[in-house]
Amino acid sequence: MNVSLDLILAQMMLGLSAGVFYAMLSLGLAIIFGLLNVINFAHGALYMLGAFVALIGHSYIGPWLGYEDFQLGFWPALIVAPLLVGCFGMLLERTMLRRLYQFDHIYGLLLTFGIALMLQGFFTNYFNVSGTPYGGQPESLNGIVNLGFMYFPKFRLFAIVMSIVVCFLTWFVIERTRLGAVLRAGVENPKLVQAFGINVPLMVTLTFGFGVALAALAGVLAAPIYSVSPLMGANLIIVVFAVVVIGGMGSIMGAIVTGLTLGLIQGLTKAIYPPAANTVIFFIMVIVLLVRPAGLFGKE
Amino acid sequence: MKRMLMAATCGLTMILASGASTAQDESQGLSSDYVKVGVLSDMSGVYKALEGPGAVVAAQMAIDDFGGSVLGKPIKLVSSDHQNKPAVASSTARQWIDRENVDMITGLDNSAVGLAVQGLASDKGVITMNTGSGTTELTESQCTEYGIHYVYDTYSLPVGTATAIVKNGGETWFFITADYAFGHSLEDNTSMVVENLGGKVVGGVEAPLGTTDFASYLIQAKASGADVIALANAGSDTVNAIKQANSFGIVEQGQQMAGMLVFLTDVKALGLETAQGLQFTTAFYWDRSDEARKWSQRFFEKHGAMPTMVQAGVYSATLSYLEAVKKAGTDDADAVREVLGDMTINDMFVQGGDILPNGLMTHDMYLVKAKSPEQSEGPWDLLEVVATIPGEKAFIPLSESACQLLDK
Repeated sequence: MNVSLDLILAQMMLGLSAGVFYAMLSLGLAIIFGLLNVINFAHGALYMLGAFVALIGHSYIGPWLGYEDFQLGFWPALIVAPLLVGCFGMLLERTMLRRLYQFDHIYGLLLTFGIALMLQGFFTNYFNVSGTPYGGQPESLNGIVNLGFMYFPKFRLFAIVMSIVVCFLTWFVIERTRLGAVLRAGVENPKLVQAFGINVPLMVTLTFGFGVALAALAGVLAAPIYSVSPLMGANLIIVVFAVVVIGGMGSIMGAIVTGLTLGLIQGLTKAIYPPAANTVIFFIMVIVLLVRPAGLFGKE
Repeated sequence: MKRMLMAATCGLTMILASGASTAQDESQGLSSDYVKVGVLSDMSGVYKALEGPGAVVAAQMAIDDFGGSVLGKPIKLVSSDHQNKPAVASSTARQWIDRENVDMITGLDNSAVGLAVQGLASDKGVITMNTGSGTTELTESQCTEYGIHYVYDTYSLPVGTATAIVKNGGETWFFITADYAFGHSLEDNTSMVVENLGGKVVGGVEAPLGTTDFASYLIQAKASGADVIALANAGSDTVNAIKQANSFGIVEQGQQMAGMLVFLTDVKALGLETAQGLQFTTAFYWDRSDEARKWSQRFFEKHGAMPTMVQAGVYSATLSYLEAVKKAGTDDADAVREVLGDMTINDMFVQGGDILPNGLMTHDMYLVKAKSPEQSEGPWDLLEVVATIPGEKAFIPLSESACQLLDK
């Protein structure tokens, strides 16, 4: 099959729409790892949780509460889901994760992995394993945009733009503002920062909550594109961890750029040699680990 | 007086004894104190809507309509979720047969599951009446003594649909295929029909069962430039692919989407706005005859949706099985299978249905077309029957069957 430029551009556009999800999730992971030194394996499950808040808000909450007409639409869900899931994350941090900071990374990883399995198990029990379509996509985002080389759904375009904006705002706050400076100082030397009168444990909790909220936000954005399923996070998190490893653990800009780039590379592979599309990321991961074990943007 | 009493007692005893013995005679042929039907279906995944819980409702209706008992013993029903995993299905079927004395298994809406369970059940001498699977393998190279394929197969679907599309000018085809036994079987059979009519297959991709994002497959299909993008998949895979094709403007740009296997519930899920004009082949449509309408209305009251061909097939299969048990006077699989082979099935689902020695049930199929929203007069007034495909054309003739049982 001859590969036309239009096909390459179209597949790369789709790759970008997957890439923004990689970027948002790996960004959250990077922030959490940078500040808490925790490898959050529950990140995919929390992304799934965000999508479920949107789904439940749209289709189930009304009948549950006895008000058939009550619905949490897509726009409110964009705020409510990250808040709810973020609070849930902070609760996890306060009650469980906090106790493990003094131990090896592996304990935090095991705990969060267990939490992920429990969340998935819970939702698998009550919802369709292979996904429930989300019907709450707003009217204003229905329809198609003609990009010249392809017709592209308006909603996906919105998800791409919104994710990129959120990612760069996050980067800006952490790397370019005073608040970010304090955060970064807390990572370097928590005791000294505490001596300046800053409540470091609270800061850590809030940061974890923010990382988790990013995952939930990605979940809400994903709900109308993919079906909402209990395993949607488990399928994605493997790729996202590969992205984190390639970008370098804990690097903010690294996470964003790597996420987007790998999405594009995956799309390109789909156009040129489709069967390799699912493995290309891991192939790159192997090479990066061999050549630059700390990751492309990581510090040795 | 005493003598009279003695005589009366004797008489009564004899009546009671003879009554008991006839009762015993009647149930002698049964392997246990009941006849048990198992519905093994996808209760949570992509095929839930087209078979799933609705099939359990249909089987229960058949048991109730039959009177709840056969040969003097109660009829029981069990059901389980096979999760589209042959391993899960096999272990459930094994437990049903070995421990719970299940006499007949129906449903099996996944070809990989259908093949696994049919093989296992036949080895153990249990009849399967497969209503949900598509693959022709069930009655071809993997045919078994007790396996019956009841509703449709991947040969009968393209005969109607692909023929109609090619004749309307859809000459070049691109396949998006569900990557397992059913999808491959459907693609092969459809390609055969297309090529026999002078059409051409220009390419294809295989998507895993339960794919939620068909975008990149659709982009490939678009780039192929084919007249027809054929979906060799089913259930929510079909629905997702058609919806996403719409959201990427594929139909607007002049390519035609064709579902090789579409169920009533898929048309409902798509909505007529999207589905209108879609042609496909079905074994049953609720509004086609008076009998079908009456039964479907009863089904609707219990299930809240009109029946798909598979759900109607479960009712018909269960009823036919129970009638065969009654006629045979036993639940012995050999005897029941023989009666089923001799029967001509006439009910709200089929007229003149005939179960061949290789297990294939042949009957008329219908080419249908989704109505436009303006034509539709009710929430389930979705289809119109365009043509009837007679049973002998819709299925592989016995003379061409590759089933080894026929060589004996």
